[in-house]
Amino acid sequence: MKLKSLTAKFGARSAALGGLAALLVTLAGPAGAADAPKKPEPTLEQRIASLEAYVTNGDPAAPLKDKDGKIAEGLATPTSATSGPGHNAWQMACSALVLFMTLPGLALFYGGLVRKKNVLSVLAQCLGIAGLVTILWWACGYSIAFAGGNPFMGSWTKFAFLKGVDSAPNTDYSFWVSQNVFSMYQLMFAIITPALIVGAVAERMKYSAILVFITLWMFVVYFPLAHMVWGIDGFMNGVWNAKATIQAIDFAGGTVVHMSSGWSALILCLILGPRVGFGKEQMPPHSMVLCMVGTGMLWVGWYGFNAGSAVAADGIAANAFMTTTLATAVACFTWAVAEWVMRGKPSVLGFCSGAVAGLVVITPACGFVNSTGAVIIGVAAGLIPFFAVTKLKGLIGYDDALDTFGVHAVGGTLGALLTGFLAVLDVNANLSTNLKAVVGSSLWIEQVKAIGLTFVLAVVGTAILAYIVKAVIGLRPAPDEERQGLDIVDHGEEGYNLI
Amino acid sequence: MKKIEAIIKPFKLEEVKSALSEVGVEGMTVTEAKGFGRQKGHTEIYRGSEYTVDFLPKLKIDIVVGDELVSAAVDAIIKSARTGKIGDGKIFIMNVEEAVRIRTDERGAKAV
Repeated sequence: MKLKSLTAKFGARSAALGGLAALLVTLAGPAGAADAPKKPEPTLEQRIASLEAYVTNGDPAAPLKDKDGKIAEGLATPTSATSGPGHNAWQMACSALVLFMTLPGLALFYGGLVRKKNVLSVLAQCLGIAGLVTILWWACGYSIAFAGGNPFMGSWTKFAFLKGVDSAPNTDYSFWVSQNVFSMYQLMFAIITPALIVGAVAERMKYSAILVFITLWMFVVYFPLAHMVWGIDGFMNGVWNAKATIQAIDFAGGTVVHMSSGWSALILCLILGPRVGFGKEQMPPHSMVLCMVGTGMLWVGWYGFNAGSAVAADGIAANAFMTTTLATAVACFTWAVAEWVMRGKPSVLGFCSGAVAGLVVITPACGFVNSTGAVIIGVAAGLIPFFAVTKLKGLIGYDDALDTFGVHAVGGTLGALLTGFLAVLDVNANLSTNLKAVVGSSLWIEQVKAIGLTFVLAVVGTAILAYIVKAVIGLRPAPDEERQGLDIVDHGEEGYNLI
Repeated sequence: MKKIEAIIKPFKLEEVKSALSEVGVEGMTVTEAKGFGRQKGHTEIYRGSEYTVDFLPKLKIDIVVGDELVSAAVDAIIKSARTGKIGDGKIFIMNVEEAVRIRTDERGAKAV
């Protein structure tokens, strides 16, 4: 290395010395190769094809394969088993963006919507979940979700404690992104999903009960569901698993993230019961300003969530970036206009709710639909969750404090279904691998099956776990503690120490 | 000596203050207050939930003046705080038995 940089310097100064330097390098070359004389060398064509795979996000080892699809022992190119800098950089940035969605995006979005005596409890729940889920993910969560195993669950041990999860790509999921980056990217999804549930049970669930419930919920609902939808041998992974029983598609988590958290939130809030004073006392948001700030962060972070789900800085990510923007902006506007027509005024909470609904509904579709599909999704996302939180909630009378069900369960289900109708082959070549026959025809039936399975897992899993936690440690604080506010009772702090 | 207590709309404070200074009132105490009279409150809607806000933000001004200044001060408040719409507020006038300036121990009208 030193020799090379030295010779490079001389080379720059003088052509004659440069020639000498080239000679030195040439002399050094064979000496290095002599150590392993039997190692087969790739041809120049193989090396170029392997390098081209970086640009096309293809398999850099493909050019090395013979007719039977085998690679001669020891045959490799410099790019065939390493990460690609551009794809890796994009994925690291996206991981940070998805974390930013939870901390502080979702924390502020939810924090602004609660009463001021509970603002810190919501922030503490988001922070606590980020720490807790990371530990679970390191111990065995990643392995259960993403190691190969059976169609319902990965391996408890293969990647336990992130053993073997290093900077080399795991080619089950990406040819160019380091597996350690991929595992951290997926961790951020595992963090935000349970954090979404918090919205339904805000202001009235004991901190300890939330952490215990979430721990169990990750093992019973999230890790298996993530494996079924995204795991290489997953039950519902229509895009990558040719043997998937349900040939469904979910680009960034309509079922795994939004349906699972939304339906679980509804069940948990029903078992928990309404807040003390619900329906009699006023419970308006304490800061719409924080709520709007959080919404903006969610929107920005969601580019990492949706476009990043391509797991490459490629054309599919580019398309997802566009569809995410279109659907979100359209839904943001549509919800507020619906309010304007129905109630006379467009509210900031209406704009914020519409934006989040748009982001939720486009999530499963963003890498599979074109601009027209995105706008259709935006309009649907602005109207259907709007009616769910303004009409349906009042009719049924459950206390979903911050509308996790109305936005995430209704939106996630809507998105999963619309993806079945609006997915088109020409925006995503991967759809042609295993799903050419169903896209544009019967894909929506596969989507309905995936919705059904997700619904059953979330509802049954949550009901059982909630009753277990209720029986063992109890779910709620004492009524007068709840009246005092969870900030002081659970955390010994107040959000605002103003005079 | 009389104490004049005026409840006014918050955005009228600057006008009321200068009107009172012009007629010779030298000090005042201002408190943020909430309340309702005939104006009642308003309704706020957050997604599906409607809340009635009964107590609207107001300012309460307390001034103490000698008897000769009372009617001029009241007129100044009425002129400067009036918008003509409901919710303009109220003025209450009451007797003050004694006033003391803490720094000098002065008593009576000299102290205000």
